[in-house]
Amino acid sequence: MTYDLPDARGHFGPYGGQFVAETLMGPLAELAAAYHVARGDADFQAVLARDLHDYVGRPSPLYLAERLTAAAGGARIYLKREDLNHTGAHKINNTLGQALLARRMGKTRLIAETGAGQHGVATATVAARLGMRCAIYMGAEDMRRQAPNVRRMRLLGAEVVSVTLGSQTLKDAMNEALRDWATTIDDTFYVIGSVSGPHPYPAMVRDFQAIIGREARAQFLEREGRLPDAAVACVGGGSNAMGLFYAFLEDPTVALYGVEAAGDGLATGRHAAPLTAGARPGVLHGTRSYLMYDAHGQILETHSISAGLDYPGVGPEHAWLKDSGRARYMAVDDQQALAAFHALTHLEGILPALESSHALAYAQILARELGREKAIVVSLSGRGDKDVETVAAHEGHH
Amino acid sequence: MSRLQDVFAELKGKRAALVTFVTGGDPALETTVPLLHALVEAGADVLEVGIPFSDPMADGPVIQMSHQRALAHGTTITDVLAMVATFRERNTRTPVVLMGYVNPVEAMGYGVFAQACARAGVDGVILVDLPPEEAGEWLAAARQAAVDRVFLLAPTSPPERMRLIGEASSGFVYYVALKGVTGAAHLDIGTVGKQLGAVRALVDLPIGVGFGVQDAQSARALGEVADAVIVGSALIRRLAAAEGAESIAQARAFVAGLRAALPPRQ
Repeated sequence: MTYDLPDARGHFGPYGGQFVAETLMGPLAELAAAYHVARGDADFQAVLARDLHDYVGRPSPLYLAERLTAAAGGARIYLKREDLNHTGAHKINNTLGQALLARRMGKTRLIAETGAGQHGVATATVAARLGMRCAIYMGAEDMRRQAPNVRRMRLLGAEVVSVTLGSQTLKDAMNEALRDWATTIDDTFYVIGSVSGPHPYPAMVRDFQAIIGREARAQFLEREGRLPDAAVACVGGGSNAMGLFYAFLEDPTVALYGVEAAGDGLATGRHAAPLTAGARPGVLHGTRSYLMYDAHGQILETHSISAGLDYPGVGPEHAWLKDSGRARYMAVDDQQALAAFHALTHLEGILPALESSHALAYAQILARELGREKAIVVSLSGRGDKDVETVAAHEGHH
Repeated sequence: MSRLQDVFAELKGKRAALVTFVTGGDPALETTVPLLHALVEAGADVLEVGIPFSDPMADGPVIQMSHQRALAHGTTITDVLAMVATFRERNTRTPVVLMGYVNPVEAMGYGVFAQACARAGVDGVILVDLPPEEAGEWLAAARQAAVDRVFLLAPTSPPERMRLIGEASSGFVYYVALKGVTGAAHLDIGTVGKQLGAVRALVDLPIGVGFGVQDAQSARALGEVADAVIVGSALIRRLAAAEGAESIAQARAFVAGLRAALPPRQ
């Protein structure tokens, strides 16, 4: 059966949809219509493909990490090197696509929310390139954790707005970006960074990120003459994971693993793992999906050493893939992620982002389980330069 | 006839209804019921009570802070329902409409919530982030419990959505007078009047107008064109500026001023 989700109103089974105030319903319909046309427009796709090649530097390599493989002692571990993209993460695949769509729609200003700052940097970057104004919403706590990215965004000409309400992290930044958009929709395009938010964002962001899996699948086929046995990616909102998984959804022999942030450990409650920690479905930021909230429906504060995974929800398509059994979801805690960060740095000379380190930590476990005959593709979604301070500070305390 | 229908029928041809919004549990759990009675005494025709939520995305800073204060003293959706039930012990006439976000309602269950509303004496519910397209289960539950379903309309709603929202709604329709979040400050009455004409052609219910009512002057101007004038942020700002009994006195004086400003209709 052909996988053709979401439906016309953005539903992945019981998940997804459009849960926003009425002010945004008209603009979302306009966006969905514009995206639908652009998606099928050869000219739009040609401009996007050219920019992904010339500006982002695609295709990104698929790299066999031989020393990491040897250390893990099992399946061959291949890294899809999204960290080598311009701006250092997978985020620019999507911001470039959305910014080109914004220009096509006649918008002159981009806004975005950001957690780790990678999506903010990627948005500020394409805004500079296309000559658009740009405002980035970022939790005050995240601005402290990710100061180098704040400086980068400002250098790129973006206004970085500190969000001081709530938990001062990604979810609060998204609240504030939605408020901005409700006020400025005439000239402003909201660039959502994950496969979350109201329809059409989850499908649109997935489509722009799907180049990760399309390339990885073709590169692996060329290299090994077959498909990999598993694909592994970290999941906060889940954009790099959906980007990797999408090309493999109809390849039943490729097991898909999403890795959430277990923070201090699932048992402590201080984590960001709605899919693995038994959360129920709920509604936040325009979409229905698995969501961390208390008995009264109030959204819980989350914890992860990685700002990019520090989010109480997850993209609705991941909720659907979990329920349908097509993908499996695991969680890796802060210490395991840190260990993987060091392992890749020492063994391969690659500093991974703390987000991606979660995927690497689980990939080493999976490699041992699968054994030497098998092969795994891991999304190395971003580079870890932004995390050097966080790692040093964390380890100074231990 | 529901209490909402009664009020709008009674005021038809006389003046616009005055609708006041406060958040349940702000400034304190025990102040909400006395505050609601004071608002009625000062001239409010319909009471809106907010169910506090951790992530009130469609609200501006004044109401966000109000939600945060209410949550800081542990106010739950069950507490807000209990406040309405207590209010009803002394007032069986003034309609009460709950306004909130959908997740606390989903957490409780649509059916359970609708029945609890009916038992507490809640007349209508506005779920800000639940458009009619996603509201099938809620509409059925609310209809069964005879609770009015109030949906939002916005300047960005195209005509076919206005029709859809009019059909899904009962009691009244809440027209968001300007783009933005609650408490924003750039209301243009002339434009709103023109927009309401277009809405009335498609929606056969009273139209309440909110988002941007600051003072007696803007209430008077809106009272010329709207069936109901809704005030929220400006009222909460006054409540938050004072302490204890003084804050209720401030709210009472402010609402009395708005009520006095509403122009009579010939």
